[in-house]
Amino acid sequence: MTRSRALRRLSPLPVGVLLLLLLGAMAAGVLVGAVGLSPRAVLAELADRLPVISVDSGLGERSAAIVWDLRLPRVVLAALVGATLAAAGASYQGVFRNPLADPYLLGVAAGAGLGATLGIVGTGPASPLVPAAAFAGAVVAVLLTYALGSAAGGGRSGTTLVLAGVAVAAFFTAVQTFVQQRHADTVREVYSWILGRLSTVGWSEVTLLAPYAAVSLVVLLFHRRLLDVLAVGEEEAATLGVSASRVRLVVVAAATLGTAAAVAVSGLIGFVGIVVPHAVRLLVGSSYRVILPLSVLGGAAFLVLADLGARTLAAPAEVPLGVITAFVGAPFFAVVLRSSRRGWGP
Amino acid sequence: MGAVSGISARGVGVRYNGRVAVAGVDCSVEGGEWVALVGPNGAGKTSLLRALAGTVAASGMVAVGGRSRREMPRRRWARLVAVVAQHPLLPAGMTVAEYVLLGRTPHLGYLAAEGANDVAAALAALERLDAGALAARHLGSLSGGERQRVVLARALAQEPEVLLLDEPTASLDVGHQQQVLDLVESLRRERGMAVVSALHDLTLAAQYADRLLFLDGGRVAADGPPATVLTPEVLGRFPGARVALLQGPGGELVVAPRRAGPAPPAA
Repeated sequence: MTRSRALRRLSPLPVGVLLLLLLGAMAAGVLVGAVGLSPRAVLAELADRLPVISVDSGLGERSAAIVWDLRLPRVVLAALVGATLAAAGASYQGVFRNPLADPYLLGVAAGAGLGATLGIVGTGPASPLVPAAAFAGAVVAVLLTYALGSAAGGGRSGTTLVLAGVAVAAFFTAVQTFVQQRHADTVREVYSWILGRLSTVGWSEVTLLAPYAAVSLVVLLFHRRLLDVLAVGEEEAATLGVSASRVRLVVVAAATLGTAAAVAVSGLIGFVGIVVPHAVRLLVGSSYRVILPLSVLGGAAFLVLADLGARTLAAPAEVPLGVITAFVGAPFFAVVLRSSRRGWGP
Repeated sequence: MGAVSGISARGVGVRYNGRVAVAGVDCSVEGGEWVALVGPNGAGKTSLLRALAGTVAASGMVAVGGRSRREMPRRRWARLVAVVAQHPLLPAGMTVAEYVLLGRTPHLGYLAAEGANDVAAALAALERLDAGALAARHLGSLSGGERQRVVLARALAQEPEVLLLDEPTASLDVGHQQQVLDLVESLRRERGMAVVSALHDLTLAAQYADRLLFLDGGRVAADGPPATVLTPEVLGRFPGARVALLQGPGGELVVAPRRAGPAPPAA
């Protein structure tokens, strides 16, 4: 019988396609840049670092540093941020059964914005404390949202939580605006932080984000079957032995951890968390067993490509990454939306 | 299926924000027995079903085969008791097979995936309800009768000892109402499941259930075989009801509504 069509499982084809896309995007990201290096030399330089293989790339020390300390960490960072935001967005959409949910739903954006603003005002834009302050702000905002939502709705309804998030975000944004007004000289730095960027020198941002991203992705991927259970509603899930509020707590905690870390190193990059999961959903179906892993790959590939555009389109200047993700993502999403008759469920 | 055990409630009460919906209900339903909850709107039928399902905080005790709800985790209770809600949420993009497979959830570890036996159980449940051909359809494309059979298949895939149904015939035409109730009837006979269902239609309730539990104001007003419960006194508890108790051609009870005023002239 038509079992494979009836029970959609992760099939090798879309995984393979997205893996190839990701690898191709990462290769392009390493090969293309403001300084013209021969692709052959760059590939030789990369191969040289692999165990056993020894090739002389012919690149000087400065060119080698461009590959190792500028391009490669930036590409890896883009992949990590994209994967984390897309997985968090998909999980939020599942856990709140809300197609408009994105990773910033419960106040992450406003909290990180306030944290970063305070960091920039207090210690300067280049300070290593800015990411830490943004991370702390994001986590505090979500904790407040959860405390408020649980007090109001007993933690039983996702809607209460979302509304609590609206209140917390409004409050944090107000405080941020107030602080910014008092320190008008920092507006430019704060604004560029909010638009999101992946300018990185060396591997420090990657090593900062990697552990959080790894924990977040593993936890979210393990919850993909339970997200399907939640799709039938909280009461039905309870009759199937699943506590919706418990699943929501774990998923929100994992998604927040990953998102806060991503925001801390890259600012607020919009659109990835919404457009990637929805594109996957429209193309391959509505089961989170498929959506979640494919969103991880798709989000990584999407952000690597977007960042490639951000640093090459107006070289040597950089286009803000958030501008690219929306500029490319919105039309792409419109095409997917139009060409698919599969809607979002009720 | 194991022991045919049935479900029992002792002094069960449910409140929503202080308002009493169910007040001290005692009832017990044997394995293989079908009890219909009847009564006016707001009598507490759905709330009692929720208390039996364990999805609402309730006072008193609910137990299946002597095993109390309080003494076991939610997941083990879900292996004993399956629920067909009145308006189940069916995600439009999900396939029928995926939905029925969700019924295996209580049999899986928290983060485990379904095995081949779970898939087999789900597809068998679907076949049992003559819905095997629907497996690859999207839930959004089903008709009312198909939806109800698919939801029943999901409940059956749980392999429960107790089946709770909230108005399983609501919004179905008369043929599909009978089809669904016939299926429930054959399932409880072959598996020895205890069935508790809220049913608006008193004629159907009288024909299919072994016993009627008449609820009014959250309390049991009458409990017994349909013929002893459906009396003019009990029917008088439906506010504004004008009904006649008739006998069908096979001796079955028929509760016939009558319009106000003089009867319209026959055409």
